[in-house]
Amino acid sequence: MKELRLMKGNEALAEAAIRAGADAYFGYPITPQSEVIEYLMRENPAKRTGMQVLQAESEVAAINMVYGAAACGKRAMTSSSSPGISLKMEGLSYIAGAELPCVVVNVVRGGPGLGTIQPSQSDYFQAVKGGGHGDYKLIVLAPATVQESVDFVKLGFELAFKYRNPVMILSDGIIGQMMEKVELFEQMERSSEEYEWATVGKKEGRDSVIVTSLQLQSEEQEKVNLRLQAKYREVEKNEVRFETYECEDAEYLFIAFGSCARITRKAMEMARAKGIKAGLFRPQTLYPYPYDEVNRLASQVKGILSVEMNAGQMVEDVRLAVSGKVPVKHFGRFGGMIPSPDEILEALEQKIIGG
Amino acid sequence: MSEKSIISPENLVYEKTGVMTDKVLHYCPGCGHGTAHRILAEAIDELGIQGDTIGVAPVGCSVLAYYYFDVDMQEAAHGRAPAVATGIKRVMPEKYVFTYQGDGDLAAIGTAETIHACNRGENILVVFINNGIYGMTGGQMAPTTLPGMKSSTSPFGRDVSTMGNPLKITELVAQLPGTYFVTRQSVHVPANVRKAKRAIKKALEYQKLNRGTCFVEIVSNCPYGWKMTPVESNKWMEENMFPFYPLGDIKVPEK
Amino acid sequence: MARKGDIVINIERCKGCEVCLSACPHEVLALSKEVNSKGYHYVVKVNSECTGCANCAIVCPDAVITVYREKATSGQ
Repeated sequence: MKELRLMKGNEALAEAAIRAGADAYFGYPITPQSEVIEYLMRENPAKRTGMQVLQAESEVAAINMVYGAAACGKRAMTSSSSPGISLKMEGLSYIAGAELPCVVVNVVRGGPGLGTIQPSQSDYFQAVKGGGHGDYKLIVLAPATVQESVDFVKLGFELAFKYRNPVMILSDGIIGQMMEKVELFEQMERSSEEYEWATVGKKEGRDSVIVTSLQLQSEEQEKVNLRLQAKYREVEKNEVRFETYECEDAEYLFIAFGSCARITRKAMEMARAKGIKAGLFRPQTLYPYPYDEVNRLASQVKGILSVEMNAGQMVEDVRLAVSGKVPVKHFGRFGGMIPSPDEILEALEQKIIGG
Repeated sequence: MSEKSIISPENLVYEKTGVMTDKVLHYCPGCGHGTAHRILAEAIDELGIQGDTIGVAPVGCSVLAYYYFDVDMQEAAHGRAPAVATGIKRVMPEKYVFTYQGDGDLAAIGTAETIHACNRGENILVVFINNGIYGMTGGQMAPTTLPGMKSSTSPFGRDVSTMGNPLKITELVAQLPGTYFVTRQSVHVPANVRKAKRAIKKALEYQKLNRGTCFVEIVSNCPYGWKMTPVESNKWMEENMFPFYPLGDIKVPEK
Repeated sequence: MARKGDIVINIERCKGCEVCLSACPHEVLALSKEVNSKGYHYVVKVNSECTGCANCAIVCPDAVITVYREKATSGQ
């Protein structure tokens, strides 16, 4: 039964994991996402669904526990925040290389280094351009609400298993810590499906299953890379998700994702109130990025402002999409600072309209 | 009776177990890895658990162990095998789960994963091959390299004042409440191979009891890394490795 | 009197490490002058003293040796 609740973003992620029929969660505390594992430990899903929850000795161990469980064909999840996600990058590269499904949440905080515990979007590059070693991609979902945090856990597992690929939910300290009304989907049953690629114990009459990301022969490794690339092209074709606000007649376009898109929407409304025909484009998938849609909108507007809580990362993808058709500028606050609608509107007026 | 007549199925007393594949092992001549693989495979065979076993291979010489065991296997990142095995065992508690790791993997880069899996008492078997050297990368110093022992990164012998001391991680994990059975064995002579196999078999049987981690160290040779013939390396191992890493049970289940 | 035994050596898999030589209580094994296709001198039987004790097979890292032993019969 669907259920309405007032929930904190991080707790909603945890509840969604239980409801999505996750088999296991392995995590390690880090601000601002510790509520995920705290909620799971409190909720004791072993009793509700049989889901296993374990506090690992490190983020490194946690992602490798995810690897082990995922390679058994189970729905495994971990979460962390920026410094911890850096530690998980080794494991993520192996998971992508071995083509295993899992969901990884990054409740982003400001960096580099230990940085700050305040919200940021400065892990965009790490999430969408790789992060770990080798040619691989994470499917990256960027929730802007607590509701989307919940929905993207469910969608994340679906996509992870559809493509046998790690999925990252790129949340941030705002979405993780804020409370909102959320509609929870019904409890899903944990799957008992045995996948032919999973290590479940060698069955009579079949070869043993080997889960590995190692190919010592370059010819074989190139085949792996080609297979991965073919898969990524499929993902790019099928899984682009975005929302538009007031774009139909827009002359100026804001592009923003996650929590920053909520603030930018306010700036867009203020612009409209001033008679500036502004629209907002919000990618929900950061990989695959909605290049085509942004390109189409670029033909209609006079300029684009990419608003981010970082020093200018997504703006590079916007420029790729726009391909020089119109001016593209970046406006950002960072280090844990959150831009105000006023300064976003001011940036539009100065950098784009007056620029 | 002619000798030929002895070679017949009813007289068969020893053959390669079916739990090992027919792939030719890539290990150097005389390397203990092959024997250690074989007795682990034989133990799985004799317990009839081939279909219920999931193994985890390390990074190091035995990185390709999954080619030789005819059981479902996963390849872990360097040192992470105990974490990977934890993930497997937590979602497949009814399966027999083992890791097979060398000294660099288990006692250097993977020390945290090893100690914490043992400390949690994960119901897994850890097979630890200790030959005091990094074989795959070409004979560099390992966490278990003996004082004074030469390697390509301790070319004048391990100087413990600057390079640190060899780590007796097996004694260390035996101190943890999570371990159930901890033993140190070798596989260089027939009697010791038989003992090591009994230890591995016992460890797998204990896994059913859910009493904690079983940890079987096998002190082994590295003819190539030690720059010796296989026979010389086994002798050197007896004279130098065994005094520092004495064989025998370190922690046995309480009766 | 010890029971009679025999072994079959998979010479193509043998790497000539000689670990089995000292494991044999009856000096049945020696290294061949010939090499296999990998270039290894392989182990061969040089006498018929084998009792089928399997020591050689048990220490062989490459699982090269299969061992046979005649069944114990009454009177032996």
